[in-house]
Formats: sequence, C-alpha cells, structure tokens
Amino acid sequence: MGGAVLLVVGAAVGLLVLVAIIVVVLYNGLVSKRVDTDNAWSQIGVQLERRHDLIPNVVETVKGYAAHEKGTFDAVIQARAKAMSVPSNAGNAGELSRAEGELTQAMGRLFALAEAYPELKANTNFLSLQEELSGTENKIGFARQHFNDTVGRYEEARQSFPGNIVAGMFGFKKREFYEVEGKNVREAPKVSFG
Amino acid sequence: MRDEAMRERVAAYGTRVNYIDLQKKNRRNSAILIVFMILLAGVLGAAIGGLIGANNSGDGGGRGAGATLAVSAVVGFVAALAVGGLGATWSYFSGANAILSMSGARQIEKRDDPELFNVVEEVAIAAGLPMPRVYLIQETALNAFATGRDPAHAAVAITTGLRERLTRDELQGVMAHEMAHVRHLDIRFALLMATMVGLIVFACDALLRSMRWGTFSGGGRRSGGKDGGGAAVAIMLVVVVLLSILAPILARMIQMAYSRQREYLADAGAVELTRNPLGLASALQKLAEDREPLIERANRGTAHLFIVNPLEKVRKRARGHAGSVWSSHPPVEERIARLVAMSR
Repeated sequence: MGGAVLLVVGAAVGLLVLVAIIVVVLYNGLVSKRVDTDNAWSQIGVQLERRHDLIPNVVETVKGYAAHEKGTFDAVIQARAKAMSVPSNAGNAGELSRAEGELTQAMGRLFALAEAYPELKANTNFLSLQEELSGTENKIGFARQHFNDTVGRYEEARQSFPGNIVAGMFGFKKREFYEVEGKNVREAPKVSFG
Repeated sequence: MRDEAMRERVAAYGTRVNYIDLQKKNRRNSAILIVFMILLAGVLGAAIGGLIGANNSGDGGGRGAGATLAVSAVVGFVAALAVGGLGATWSYFSGANAILSMSGARQIEKRDDPELFNVVEEVAIAAGLPMPRVYLIQETALNAFATGRDPAHAAVAITTGLRERLTRDELQGVMAHEMAHVRHLDIRFALLMATMVGLIVFACDALLRSMRWGTFSGGGRRSGGKDGGGAAVAIMLVVVVLLSILAPILARMIQMAYSRQREYLADAGAVELTRNPLGLASALQKLAEDREPLIERANRGTAHLFIVNPLEKVRKRARGHAGSVWSSHPPVEERIARLVAMSR
C-alpha cells in the first residue's frame, strides 16, 4: 500500500522534473534566438550609419567637379536627413526601408551625373569612396538577409510545438521580417544541399 | 555512376541539413580525431618502448626480459600519450598560424586592399560571424583557403593570382565558400587533420628511418637469442613497421574522403550566403581553366584546405579517378554543374 503511493509520488516528481528540464531548454533556446535577432538588427544599424557617414564625402567630391548640379546634391542631402531621422528599431522597419530606398534613388542620380565627368571618374578618391559605398550597401543587404534568417529561426522555434507553449507562457513576441520593396531585394534561390 | 555515388554521399546528410547540424558533426569529429590521434601516438609509443626494452634486455635473456618489455612498453605508451596530448594542444591553438606561415601567407590590412576587405566583411555579415583575418599568398597560381580553430579565430587566405583574376561577384563567391567552411566549422577539423596528420606522418617517417638504422647496428647481435625476447622483438618489429606504413595512409584516406563532401556543402553554403550561385560558378570556371594549378608551398598535408586541389598538375586527368579515395576534391566541372543547377 505505502509502496504503491511512494511509487506514484516518485513517478509524478520524476515527470515534473523532466517537464521542468524541457521547459528550461526550450526557454533558453528561445532567448538565445531572440538575442540573435537583436544582434542581427544592430548590425543593420551599424551599416546604415556607415552609409550615412559616407554620403557627405561623396557629395563633396562630386561637387568639386560639378558644382552647378545643386538640385541633385540637395535631393541627396534631404533624403539622407530624412533617413537619419527615422529611428532604427525593428518596429518601424517599413518606414526605414522606404526612407533608405529614397536615399538609394537620390544616390543613383548622383552617380548617373558622375558618368558625365571623366576626370571625376578617374579620381582615385572618388573611386575608393564609390567602392566603400557600394560595399556598405552590400553589407546592409547582407545584414538584412542575416536578420531575416535569424527571425526565421526564432519564429520557427516560437511557433512549433512544444516551443509555442513555452513561448506563450513567457510572452515571446512575434518578430517581423525586414521586407524591402523595390528591385534591390535579393531573390533567395532554392538552396539545396542534396 | 561516379556522380550518383557522390550525390548519394551528400544526400546522406539529408536534404534539410543546415549549418548547425554540420557544426555539431564537425565538433564531434574533431573530438574523435583528437582522441584517435592521441591513442595512435600512444600505441606507437608502446611499440617503440617495447622495442627499446627488448633491445636492452636481449642480451640478458631469462625471465626478466618479459617484464622489462612490458614496463618499457607502458613507459613508451604513457610518454607518447603526453607527447600526443601536447601535439594536439599545439595543433588546436597554433596550427592555424603554422599553416598560414607554411603557405607563405602574409596578413593584410584594409588599406592594402579595400575591395577584398569589403567583400570578406560582406560575407561575414551574411553569415553573422566576426570578420576573419585576411591573408595574401604571393603566388601566380589560383587558389584560396580558410583556417582557424573557430569563427572567432578564423583566417581566409587567397593567392595574388586569384585575387587579380576575379571580378567582384566571383571574389564574393570564393570568399563566401571560405566563409561557409568557417561557418560549418570545417576549418577546425581540417586544421586538426593538417597539423596532426602532419605530425604523425613526421613521427612515422622518423621512426622508419631510425628503425632501418637500428636494425643494421643491433640486428645481428640479437639474432641468435633463443628465448621469448626474440619472438617478442619480432612481433614488435612487425607492429612498428605496420603502423609506420599504415598510419599515414589511413590518416590520408580519412583526410581526403572527408574534404570532398565538404566542398559540395561549402558551395551550397556559399550560395546560402550570397544568393548568387553564378558568381562562384564563374570563379570555379576560371580555376578549372587555370594552366598553373600548382602551389609551391602546398603539400599533401595541407592540400585539402584549398578551394581546388593545389597539387593535381593537370586537373582534367583527375576526372578518371575523381571518385577514388586519393582525391581530396570533387571534380570542378561537377561543382560548377551543381551551382548552375541551383540558379535555375
């Protein structure tokens, strides 16, 4: 009689411990995936800032050769100011990407203008700035791609069973992908390791 | 037939394989490799110890010989374990720098080559990894490799020949391939392979040489012994010779077999990072057409690290036996075909 009770109690305690362990493991997994998305997002911010820092230098260099194209410069400066005024947090990713898209267009016009000045295109300072800027723009794209990868992993862990129960218990909120409208979105091809 | 076999081997990973699974596999394999190598060193040490013991007790003969033999074998085993442990520690912590300096690689700063640095940083960001150190190898041959014990201590190296020949997209493909090796943690396993296999081969060569010398000087004196010591010596001799010949062959077979599969997976991993299969495909095309594939400073111990085999003089010839256990890389044509297929 007493032995059977002991057995039941023991089994219940064992089951509880097992469940607790599973919950802890799932919880830690969710936390580390959420931290990954935060880190990935901050990398986007780092690269955006770098881009904003580079643009005045590019404008100054082009000005030295094409001072009269004031309209184009002003458009770039304005677009930059606008993009910088958008707070960079994952919540307003849509607004951020619109502002950055406008800046990209303004910069496109600036570089199209540069095509008309052969001396400018031969200027090593301009060339290295151009490489820096296009490198930074690539990095923004890759940082966004990495951010979306981490969001994908987080959401998979958050939504699949039994992670969804733990996520609900501790209030792990949904993370949005950083989508970009326009042509500069890289289509993800089907990557198969098979 | 050969392609099918290869495809099956890659498919054995499963279609939903991701880099986290590959990391786990590499962590485990690296640990197994370290244990295996230390034990192998121990067995070799026991054999050497036994041999020395038998040599010393050969003249005395009698019942003491067996005990002396056992004692010296154990001493040899323990000593070799210690040496093996030291060797493994050295491999893990200093192996990368040894490989880099052995390959004649020189570390560069961002101002030396901003475009290369930007490209490496781009793929590092895509993988969410810290920026690796960047090295240039002063060589006209076209090649590149990555090494290091983990992503935080990784390095990528590229020959000046390859650096000059590639467009930005192609360079990105190559660097993404190297970054995929870093991300998959192939670099750790490959590093341990290169340095520890190198050490074992070196030890075995030295052993074989000293054995030849040893038997000439002491062999005749012992040949008349009629007791158990004589038989033990013969057995020890056979073991030592077998190990000395087999160890490097076995080590190399594992080394080659492992790295072929990794190349396909790193190509796929590169596409996962750049989303542009054609950049890497076109870079591989240039590598395949290269007339001067040899790298002077590469050797059989480090060949598997490179993006294409630096040792095959005429790579086309390799197609005949690409599936053999001896080739460290899959045929470049097959890699290109797979990349092109991914872009469709």
